[in-house]
Amino acid sequence: MAKQLETICITTGPVEVGDYVTLNIGPIHPAMHGTLRVITKTDGETIVSAKPEIGYLHRGVEKLGENLTYSQFLPITDRLNYCSAICNNVAYEMAVEKLLGLQVPPKAQLIRMIMMELARIADHQVCVGILGVDLGALTPFFYLIIQREEIYEIFEWHHGARLTNSMGAIGGVEADLPERFHEKWPKLRDTIRKANDETDKLLTHNRIWMDRTIGVNAFCADDALNWGFTGPMLRACGVKRDLRKEEPYLMYDEVNFEIPTGKHGDVFDRYMVRMLEMEESVKIIDQAYALYKELPEDAPLMKKVPKIIKPPEGQIYHAIESPNGELGFFIKSDGSDKPYRIKIRPPCYMVYQAFEDLVKGEMISDLIACLSSLNVIAGELDR
Amino acid sequence: MSLKDRVADILGKDLVALNEFRGDLCIEVPKGRIVQVLAKLKEEGGFDFLSDLFGVDNLDLYAKAAKKKKKSQEESEDTGETKGKESVQPRFEVIYLLLSLSTNERLQVMVRVPEDDLELPTVTGLWKAANWPEREVFDMFGIRFKGHPNLRRLLMWDEFQDHPLRKDYPLEGKGEERHLNYDIA
Repeated sequence: MAKQLETICITTGPVEVGDYVTLNIGPIHPAMHGTLRVITKTDGETIVSAKPEIGYLHRGVEKLGENLTYSQFLPITDRLNYCSAICNNVAYEMAVEKLLGLQVPPKAQLIRMIMMELARIADHQVCVGILGVDLGALTPFFYLIIQREEIYEIFEWHHGARLTNSMGAIGGVEADLPERFHEKWPKLRDTIRKANDETDKLLTHNRIWMDRTIGVNAFCADDALNWGFTGPMLRACGVKRDLRKEEPYLMYDEVNFEIPTGKHGDVFDRYMVRMLEMEESVKIIDQAYALYKELPEDAPLMKKVPKIIKPPEGQIYHAIESPNGELGFFIKSDGSDKPYRIKIRPPCYMVYQAFEDLVKGEMISDLIACLSSLNVIAGELDR
Repeated sequence: MSLKDRVADILGKDLVALNEFRGDLCIEVPKGRIVQVLAKLKEEGGFDFLSDLFGVDNLDLYAKAAKKKKKSQEESEDTGETKGKESVQPRFEVIYLLLSLSTNERLQVMVRVPEDDLELPTVTGLWKAANWPEREVFDMFGIRFKGHPNLRRLLMWDEFQDHPLRKDYPLEGKGEERHLNYDIA
């Protein structure tokens, strides 16, 4: 028996002797999101140490990328953050376009923006919904997930897939906004707002919700920056930073939106930041759609790109603001039709490595709340 | 003052090479001075955010270049004037992606790591964010980071022998399987 335990705990390092209970959570556990594993040591209910173990979903995406052509790699980017696959697609396409020195036509840029913001709303809806489920509030999840299905319907009309979208191509997007989008969006905007409003009414001022989230895993801004946090996690700590504003790409500098920030970096602030961001995304889609309407109907969607893409030798890094934070692609090209090296910078990788700092001294039940609020997606964590 | 001049000014003679491509600035610094250089860039240059850190294996790139060179030599039938002057270039690169939060400038800092001395000092003292990326570089390329608090494999399992992102590791793997040995007594 002792030998068996030793084998299982081989990755935890030396075990201290004390009155601590070692508790293994995951990698297959209903409360863990995806194949995540945390090895905790607890003193009663209090967490003394929590060591995350990753790699259970490692598929060698970067190695695969080195052996596929530039266009062939695009569908694989869907499998990174599968909650908002479009953001991954666009991030990769934009990195290759930067390598090629291409400028995408304005209509394609606007379609990308609209689709990315829809994906952002869907991603945040899942995150907030699951956070509610993990803390025992089941109803908001249904309000939000129904709206997500409607968003997925738009994706299906546009490029035929709901989850693994593979939207667009290097040089633009393959199709114009679907006909039905024009009637759908005004209705969908109202229902998304209504669902958010209902969620807000159910959760935000709920006594139980406040007790479970306010002050839980509070994190300070300096630590967050030192750990490399980006996105909603960083904004919840009070740092006003969003790549859509700081390094504008596509046409984000032509739309007006706010960057919601929190103050304490606790679970409640992360929830609030995500809720407010959904509202900002709705505003962005409205403005992008207005800009789209100004363009002539036969405006080009694709830039002329050779069938076999052979970028010049060089290396670039391009990052966008994905729902979770800075999603960057580093591509080194050796002048052939395959990338020489692809490095993906997943946003939740940096967040999850600080997990022990986040949950130390908290309760076991708050660990689950913390994990849900981080929105760690195993697909992009392990690549 | 442009970013290029500013970086050159801060680093002085620590700057080995400077390369700009599509607006991305990449600088090369000597291997032994990496921590000092990064600390200097952090304090004086304002590059206070470590965005990412990763390795690159240049084996295939050099092989390709050598092949090209040989071919051109054969074609021109040179009388052997530039023979034997082939210096061995270090095989690996480690690239640090820095970001300045105040000016939003990005900088790639690159060090070359030769195959016979696969060791670099850790930068976890400067940024905690370097913790997992350094483990990943060790996992994927076999470069060890001296002074790292917990240098174990990150994505592959602990008993795994190879370093999969090296160019001489086959795409389909070498048939390794993970065996969990439970003694059922």
